[in-house]
Amino acid sequence: MSEPVWQRGDLLGVAELSTAEILHVLDTAESFVEVAARPIKKVPTLRGKTVINLFFEPSTRTSSSFEIAEKRLSADNINFSTSSSSLSKGETLLDTARNLEAMAPDLVVIRHAHPRVPHALAERIAAGVINAGDGAHEHPTQALLDAFTIRRRKGRVEGLKIAIVGDVAHSRVVRSNVLCLTRLGADVTVAGPRTMMPEEPESLGARVVYSLEEAIEGADVVMMLRVQLERQARASFPSEREYFEFFGLTAERLRGARDEAIIMHPGPINRGIEIASDVADGPWSVILEQVANGVAVRMAVLYLLAGAKSGADGTMP
Amino acid sequence: MSGSLVIRGGRVVDPTQELDGPADILIEGGRVTACGPATDPPDGVGELDAAGLVVAPGLIDMHVHLREPGQEYKETIETGTLAAAAGGFTAVACMPNTEPVNDDPSLTEFMLKHAERAGWARVYPIAAVSRGLEGRELTEFGAQRRAGAVAVSDDGRPVWSAALMRQALRYARHFDLPVIQHAEELALSGDGVMHEGRFSTRLGVEGIPGAADDVMVSRDLLLTADTGGRYHLAHMSTARSLDLIRAARADGHRVTCEVSAHHLLLTDEDVFDSGLDPNFKMHPPLRSAADREALVGGLADGSIDAIASDHAPHHPDEKELDFVASPNGIIGLETTLSLCLDRLVSQGVIGLARLVELLSTAPARILGVPGGSLAPGSPGDVTLIDLEREVEVDPATFRSRSRNTPFAGWELRGAPAGTVVGGRVIELS
Ligand SMILES: [Zn+2]
Repeated sequence: MSEPVWQRGDLLGVAELSTAEILHVLDTAESFVEVAARPIKKVPTLRGKTVINLFFEPSTRTSSSFEIAEKRLSADNINFSTSSSSLSKGETLLDTARNLEAMAPDLVVIRHAHPRVPHALAERIAAGVINAGDGAHEHPTQALLDAFTIRRRKGRVEGLKIAIVGDVAHSRVVRSNVLCLTRLGADVTVAGPRTMMPEEPESLGARVVYSLEEAIEGADVVMMLRVQLERQARASFPSEREYFEFFGLTAERLRGARDEAIIMHPGPINRGIEIASDVADGPWSVILEQVANGVAVRMAVLYLLAGAKSGADGTMP
Repeated sequence: MSGSLVIRGGRVVDPTQELDGPADILIEGGRVTACGPATDPPDGVGELDAAGLVVAPGLIDMHVHLREPGQEYKETIETGTLAAAAGGFTAVACMPNTEPVNDDPSLTEFMLKHAERAGWARVYPIAAVSRGLEGRELTEFGAQRRAGAVAVSDDGRPVWSAALMRQALRYARHFDLPVIQHAEELALSGDGVMHEGRFSTRLGVEGIPGAADDVMVSRDLLLTADTGGRYHLAHMSTARSLDLIRAARADGHRVTCEVSAHHLLLTDEDVFDSGLDPNFKMHPPLRSAADREALVGGLADGSIDAIASDHAPHHPDEKELDFVASPNGIIGLETTLSLCLDRLVSQGVIGLARLVELLSTAPARILGVPGGSLAPGSPGDVTLIDLEREVEVDPATFRSRSRNTPFAGWELRGAPAGTVVGGRVIELS
C-alpha cells in the first residue's frame, strides 16, 4: 500500500506543501463543489468535530468563508475575534495555546496581523491549525482557491502566464500565490509601483516588472491585489487617482493580455482604484467564482486536516 | 577591592606591552606591581596557579543593560554583574535606560553602591544624554562625571534631534566624555522588526533598512566634525556605517565604534531559519551576509575598536510573545568570550592579542577608565581564559536572570576560567 499523499495535521503555508499535496487539495475540493448545488447543503463529514475560528484581525470575507465551509461539513464552530475575545494581543503564545486547549478543539483557524503566529501556536497545541492569513506572510487557502479557480477555468495551471499586480510588499496573497502557482508550473510575474515592492522582490520566486502593461502582456490570468488605502498615508502612493491612472486595470490595458484572459481579485475590490468597474463586472472576471470556490477549497482543507489528526479517513460526501 | 596576589605560570597576553608569553603577575594593594619573569612574592601573598591558562587584562563589556532600578524582574545589578564575572568580565558599562532613567547623579550613585555591595565586577554607569531619554534637554554631564559616569548615551533610542546631538558633542568636551550613539533614523526604521532584505521579503515582515543606521551615522559624523566632539558608535551593524567611520577617522575626527558578537556571527538568514524566534530579535537587527562579512573584515583590519555584548535581558514571558510583539534584545555576557574565541580566534580571523584589545584595552581607552593593561600601575583586574575547554551554551545554567539568547546549543571551544578584580579572586557562588 502506498503512503497517503496527505498526512499533515496543519496547513500553515504553501511554502511547506509539495506539488502533490497542492494537487491533492485541489482534487479533493472538486468533490465538494457540488455540495453547494444541493438543496440541503450539508454533509456529515465533520460531525462531532469542534472548529475554533480565531481572528485576531478583522476579516469578514475569510472568516465567513471558513464558517460556511465548517457548517456545510457539520462541524461545531465557535468564532472569536479581537473585539469579542478575551484572547488579546498582549497575551503570551503559551497562554493563548492553553486557553485554546481548554476548549479541546479539533481544528483552529487563525488569522493574525503578525507573521508566523499560526506556526508558533501550531507548535504549542494538539489541534490542527489552519493559517487564515499571518500578516503579509502567507494565506495558503487563498492561494489554493485561486489555483483551483484557474484550473477549473483554464483546465490547467502549468504553462500559463499569470500577472499579479499591486502592493506586493504588504500582500500575503502574493506570497502564497507565487509559491503555489510556480509550484504548479505557471510563469508568474509580479508588478507594482516601486514604493510597493519589497527589497529584492525576485526572492519571492517570480519575474518582477514595474509597469502594469509589461506585466499583463500576453497574460492568461491577471490577478489584481487590493490597495490598502491607509498605505497612502505612508507614502506608498500619492493619490487614488494617480494609482488608477498608472496601475489600475482598465478594459483598454487589458487588450495587452490574451483574448480569453481571466481577471481575479481576492476581494474586497476598490472600484476605480485597482480595477475599473467594467472590468470587475465584465465577462472575463472570475471574482465571484473565487468566492464560491473558496468554500469548496476550505471544505477540502478542513476535511483533510481533520482526517489526518484523527487518523481516520472520514467519509467523502 | 584591594587585594594582593601572584598569578603564576600563565601565558600573559597584553597588547599594551606587546606581550604574549609566559609571565607572572604580581598584584599588591589592588594594583599590578610586576609583570614578568617569576619573582618571589612577598610573604603572605596568595598564589593563583594559571598553568595552561591565558592571563589577560580584565575584560570590559562597554555596552550592557543591567535593568536596575525598575526592571528587576529582567536583571539586577547583582545578577548582571554575576553574569559578567561568569562570562570573564571584570567590568561592565551600563546603559541609562533604567526606570527611572539614569539622568541624575543620584542614579549613578545608586548603581555604583549596589555594584560595590555585589562585588562581582566593576560597574561604570553611562549617563543619559537627555532627561528621560526624551531627546529634548541635556542632563548634567558635569555632575554625572563627578558621580562616576564614564560616558553619555540615550541608548535604546537614538539622540534623534540633530540640534541636541550637536550640543551634546560640544558640551561633553568639557568633561572628556564620549557621546555613545544608538544610531537609528526612526523615520526609516518605522515599524520594522528585522533587516530589510530578501528574507524580510519572503517572510512579509516589515524591514529596517541598513540606511536607517547609515543616515544617522552620517549625520552624526558631520556633527562630530563640526564640533570636535568625541563620538562612539554603539552596536554598528552595516558595511556602509563602517565605511563612514573609516572615512571620518581618516579625516582625523575623534570617532570610535563597537560591534556586538551577534552581528559578527549571525545574519538575517538566521532569523529566517529560526522561524522568527524572538531570541533573534534586536536593534539594530541582524543584517545581511555582506554586512556581516564587512564587519568581520573591520575587526581584522583594525577599523573596529571594540566588541561589546549589548546584553539586553528580557523575561522569558516577554520572549514568549510572537516575534513582532516581543521586545528587542538578547543577552550576551555569558556567551561573548566563548563565541569570540571559537568563531574568531580559532578560525584565524583575529589573533588572541587583538581579541584582548577589542574586549579590554580599547573599551578602557574609549571610556577613559583604568584597566585594559597588565603593565605595572594598572588595576589588578585579570581575566583567565582556558583556550581548550569545550562548552555548550545552555541558558539554564546562566547566572543572568534572563535566558534570551540565540546561541543556545552552540558548542564552543574556549571559555573564561576566572576573574580577578583589584587583586581579589572572584569566587562564583
Ligand atoms: Zn542600542
